[in-house]
Amino acid sequence: MERLVIRGLHVAVEGQEILKGVDLEIGRGEVHALMGPNGSGKSTLGYAIMGHPAYEVTSGTIELVAADGTRRDVLAMEPDERARAGIFLAFQRPMAIPGVRLADFLRHSVTNVRNPDRKEGEELMPMREFRAELKAKMAELSMDPDFARRYVNDGFSGGEMKRAEILQLAMLRPGFAILDETDSGLDADAVRLASESIAKIGGAEMGILIITHHEQLLEHNVPLRTHVMLGGRIVESGGPELAAELHKKGYERIRVAYPDAAAAERAMEDAAGLAGRAVPAGAGA
Amino acid sequence: MTAATLPHRSPAPSVAFGAEALHAVLAASPAPGWVSDLRRSACERLTGLGLPDRRDENWMRTDLRLFKPAAWGPTRSPGTGAVVDEGLLAEAIVSGELVDTADGSGHRVAGRLAGRFASLDGHVMREELDASLAAQGVVFGSAERVLAERADVLKAHWFSLIDSSTDWFAALHAAFHAASVVLYVPPRVRIADPLHVVAGLTDGGVDTSHVLVVLGEGAEATVLTETAGGGAAGSTGGFHCGGTEIVVGENAFLRMVNLQNWNTGVWHVARQRAVVRANGRLQWTLGALGSRLSQVAQDVALVGRGADAQVNGVMFTEGRQQLVFNTSQHHEAAACRSDLLYKGALQDRSRLVWRGMIKVDKAAQKTDGYQRNDNLMLSKTARADSIPGLEIEADDVRCTHGATSGRVDGQQVFYAQARGLTADEAARLVVAGFFQQVFDRITIAPVREALARAIGRRIRRIS
Repeated sequence: MERLVIRGLHVAVEGQEILKGVDLEIGRGEVHALMGPNGSGKSTLGYAIMGHPAYEVTSGTIELVAADGTRRDVLAMEPDERARAGIFLAFQRPMAIPGVRLADFLRHSVTNVRNPDRKEGEELMPMREFRAELKAKMAELSMDPDFARRYVNDGFSGGEMKRAEILQLAMLRPGFAILDETDSGLDADAVRLASESIAKIGGAEMGILIITHHEQLLEHNVPLRTHVMLGGRIVESGGPELAAELHKKGYERIRVAYPDAAAAERAMEDAAGLAGRAVPAGAGA
Repeated sequence: MTAATLPHRSPAPSVAFGAEALHAVLAASPAPGWVSDLRRSACERLTGLGLPDRRDENWMRTDLRLFKPAAWGPTRSPGTGAVVDEGLLAEAIVSGELVDTADGSGHRVAGRLAGRFASLDGHVMREELDASLAAQGVVFGSAERVLAERADVLKAHWFSLIDSSTDWFAALHAAFHAASVVLYVPPRVRIADPLHVVAGLTDGGVDTSHVLVVLGEGAEATVLTETAGGGAAGSTGGFHCGGTEIVVGENAFLRMVNLQNWNTGVWHVARQRAVVRANGRLQWTLGALGSRLSQVAQDVALVGRGADAQVNGVMFTEGRQQLVFNTSQHHEAAACRSDLLYKGALQDRSRLVWRGMIKVDKAAQKTDGYQRNDNLMLSKTARADSIPGLEIEADDVRCTHGATSGRVDGQQVFYAQARGLTADEAARLVVAGFFQQVFDRITIAPVREALARAIGRRIRRIS
């Protein structure tokens, strides 16, 4: 099975180092949870994996390693090439594209991801086939078919944005999905629905990294491993019980156990405070 | 269907616009005396008028320094072998509309044109009208011919709306209009299929065509006009000095689309004015893709109670193109509505100017007026100016305006890239989305699709 392998990853935004050596390995079919206090670098990891131009990888590697040992250097790829290589990021705050219908956007997207060698201007996936598939997927996810006629994230509520991200995940069926706080801003019922939907979409072919503050999203997606990020590093990994513990008791035990990371966290907070900003433009930290 | 690039270029005019040239025009014209009289008086003014003054608000952002009036004159006939471009819109209508079917597959329904008129370098090349419409009293074709036949209904309208005394261009147009076209739709006649007018230019050619559209009470029609050809930037180019007059009768409904699609060496000066009578409706769409420099006046006057005008603008500029639009929504009667939305995308070092005015007379109570101009900058070196204006004399009105200028957002591009679209595809999609709001208002699907395709082809990587 293919694996997404991250080694010694250092990432800076506007000259400030946010990730300070992250190691993480996810196989297809595995669910991993990534938890940690605000500002610890969880979203930064997601953006760096997807290739956001504002997130500069200063050292380390991200590779896709096939079962036969063939390695693909993710860092050498443009963001769209990463998507076509099977990497997906569900955005914490997805961007609106006014005037572009979700269905049309997805048709472009699905066409490119399924035909990685497609040149711009070549035929899109046949309309009939695409619509049939979209309709079926929306039914599976209990979504109103009219939703796909709306403009991408334009005027969507927080919940609608997250649903749209899950729909795209379902249509694209990536090898590796990073879900960046797909539960934030949702009420308990909506989180349960999201959790069930993700469980339906995932499976033996998909590796999933769930970034979350809570454990509800993990209800139907029991993680093989739970990772705790603090001060830009993964300081501890464990089973599903670790997620439960962090949800109940918070991060104080972690801060005490890893004083260096806690110090890094304070330094980053101070730097962010001095710079007059909490997060880089357009991104969660 | 489209003709290949026009093969030949026009010879330099033997005689510039002026009294001598008019003499030749009149000698060849079959038009009635009153039409020739209008030409003569305009030509007399022409000799006394200079190019518009840059102190004039409407012209201060139009750079005419490289325009040489003496270099232009009537173009000789291109000859019978010349080919006229079909036109983007004609092609789109004929190739049809994609219609949704119940199974979601969609299929194309071919469209047809109720009438066609084509000219090249100011010479009529083609005129056709459905016989069934002619039988209902519809008049469509060369002005020189139909003004003689139907002076009873047309004389009152011919050059009644646009002022030919303001400057050199206005007088030139009134004196030397050629390959002009008239549409008259009698009361209560409804024409389902569009009528199409294309004005073509060879490299260095001149087009001075005039368009007059008159809809009688309760009549309905769709008119598509477009331009094609002329020389590219750096060549002799071409020169269009045109005018459009539109009369929408009581309870009549006109859909008018004017696409300026010249090559990028053409000078384009046009004044277009519509009056809409009581409860008449006008949906007027301007598309502008071409020309070296454009100066367009688009005026709507709402002269009868309950008249309604929707004005749409779709502009795409690139290279060193410079397009200037002066629009006016003049509410002369009560309870009228006007709604203008101009959207422009600018690439390279191009420049787009929109100066809009909503004027509300004292009598025009319960006016609902709106004007908006949104521009999307695709390069750092492009420049857009939006200058909205209101002049309101009535006290019970609702008039608002807005203008925005933005750039393609890098975050939008990254989001689309994260879903597998290339940066170029993403940018094209964002631009397409930007225009969607105005496309949604254009109720002629093939026109909408043709404009979207034409713009899509022009977008390069966003810088």
